[in-house]
Amino acid sequence: MGRIVLDQVSKRFGDVEVIPPLDLTIEDGEFAVFVGPSGCGKSTLLRMIAGLEDLTSGNIEIDGENVTEVPPSKRGLAMVFQSYALYPHMTVRKNIGFPLRMEKMEQAEIDKRVETAAQSLNLVDYLDRKPGQLSGGQRQRVAIGRAIVRDPSAFLFDEPLSNLDAALRVGMRLEISEMHERMRTTMIYVTHDQVEAMTMANKIVVLQAGRIEQVGSPLDLYHKPQNVFVAGFIGSPKMNIFSGPEAEKHGAHTIGIRPEHTDVSMTEGTWEGRVGVAEHLGSDTFIHVHDTGLADMVTVRITGDISVKHGDKIFLTPRADQIHRFDAQGQRIA
Amino acid sequence: MAIVAQSSKFSIYGRPVLAWGVGLMFFFPIFWMVLTSFKTDADAVKPENLIFFTPTLENYLNMTENYDYWRFARNSVISAVSATIFTLFVSVPAAYAMAFNPTRATKDVLMWMLSTKMLPAAAVLYPMIFLAKGIGLYDTHILVITVLSLINLPIAVWMLFTYFKEIPKDIIEAGKMDGVNTWGEIKEILVPLAWGGIASTALLVFIFCWNEAYWTVRLTTIDAATLSKLIEGNRAPEGLFFGRLSAVSTAAVGPIVVLGWFCQKQLVQGLTFGAVK
Repeated sequence: MGRIVLDQVSKRFGDVEVIPPLDLTIEDGEFAVFVGPSGCGKSTLLRMIAGLEDLTSGNIEIDGENVTEVPPSKRGLAMVFQSYALYPHMTVRKNIGFPLRMEKMEQAEIDKRVETAAQSLNLVDYLDRKPGQLSGGQRQRVAIGRAIVRDPSAFLFDEPLSNLDAALRVGMRLEISEMHERMRTTMIYVTHDQVEAMTMANKIVVLQAGRIEQVGSPLDLYHKPQNVFVAGFIGSPKMNIFSGPEAEKHGAHTIGIRPEHTDVSMTEGTWEGRVGVAEHLGSDTFIHVHDTGLADMVTVRITGDISVKHGDKIFLTPRADQIHRFDAQGQRIA
Repeated sequence: MAIVAQSSKFSIYGRPVLAWGVGLMFFFPIFWMVLTSFKTDADAVKPENLIFFTPTLENYLNMTENYDYWRFARNSVISAVSATIFTLFVSVPAAYAMAFNPTRATKDVLMWMLSTKMLPAAAVLYPMIFLAKGIGLYDTHILVITVLSLINLPIAVWMLFTYFKEIPKDIIEAGKMDGVNTWGEIKEILVPLAWGGIASTALLVFIFCWNEAYWTVRLTTIDAATLSKLIEGNRAPEGLFFGRLSAVSTAAVGPIVVLGWFCQKQLVQGLTFGAVK
């Protein structure tokens, strides 16, 4: 079980309010991702749930029990750190078994559990090595192993993949998702990478300056961003957002249109511009268009390949039902 | 490039010469002391016997027979070992707290501790003696151990603090998440990781305690007197007996020189830690 409820939780460092009071509920078995630009307070929030950071005000409940004053070791949570934070003086076997040894579990049972965890993480051959003799990916697996042996009520991940190279990151992302599918344990995952958020989460919590901008499923956030910040943050390439006369035509202060929701023609269309750079990925083509009079640059995404080059005149037509409208405060107009 | 060429010329010829020069300069008094310890008191002051003389063990035999060397040596061991253990017992948790749970006052506390080393010892000598006599601790092991611990605590805390700062905070936090309490953090994570640092701190504190003379000479008479007191006591009123004095000094510093010799690497690391990285 692992239902986590934050009730009017806030954090101050001296005079700086890092997290204004916020409410949030993470249901048992959910994969929740905290995402936002660096410095938005997502890691602080995670550390508060872990108990590594004190609350300035508010309460945290885990499975109905108020744990606000409970030390980290007694909260029944396991954490995976960005730096892996393995114990360098212990072998992999000792590292993974450490939390169990702290629980005073019998050695035979510890060995059994470590063995099982090592098998599921492909670490069997490395059990007697020290962390210094492992690659980054293997270290991350050990860190995960140390978390899973405890059978915690929830897993906390603090940007666990940011020290890995791109290829490894995609692999580990899948592994963690698979692990969640298999175990169905609550997971809270912090990242600044919206792709990780979109691909892994059941529930995304978008944070900015300590405030929750929106909570929802990945597709909710994609299709119905509640404000301009979420609209610009979720989706790759970024949504094109502009204000001015074109927005007013749609009865809004600001409008947004995703690159993949814009049709392209060389002969006719709503907006006219010139091709700046065309990025050919094979499966898709990203065209960055200048001189539209809407914004410095408008990006469009076309499935497949299209032959355009720098300086070509191009016409863009947004799909009317995909235009997102926002008021002067940046909030979505229904 | 000229600078590189110059410095490499210096490092080929200049540096070794300089190093040997300084080394010999430091070593010479010790060498001379050891040499003199094998001369008779009469030979020790004769210019013609400066280098060539008939070596004798008389001074050493004399020392163990007449001055009870082993009692002083035992006292030195008791006070230095106990003071080192006590110092570590206090300084490891103190440095741990300041390195991993710093508050706004941490820096000030560290500076304040260091500032006590700037206080001239003479300023508190008489209060200390009166206090010690008043509570009946004068010339006891407890007094010597307490004083030695107190004067070395600031250095120990500072050294350990610098070592502990090098340990990533994440590892300690991972320990907290893994169910370790504060004592467990120190025992299971901190001490194994900072073992080298703790060992060099212990070694240094031990050497300081062993060599300490100002306080041990003044706060003891017989019962708790250390080797420093033995050397002091051989500054006899009837004149200086260089041979005897040298033998006593050699016997007093001998153990620590040997210890230092075997632990050179640790010591150098301890003394330069933080300065060069």
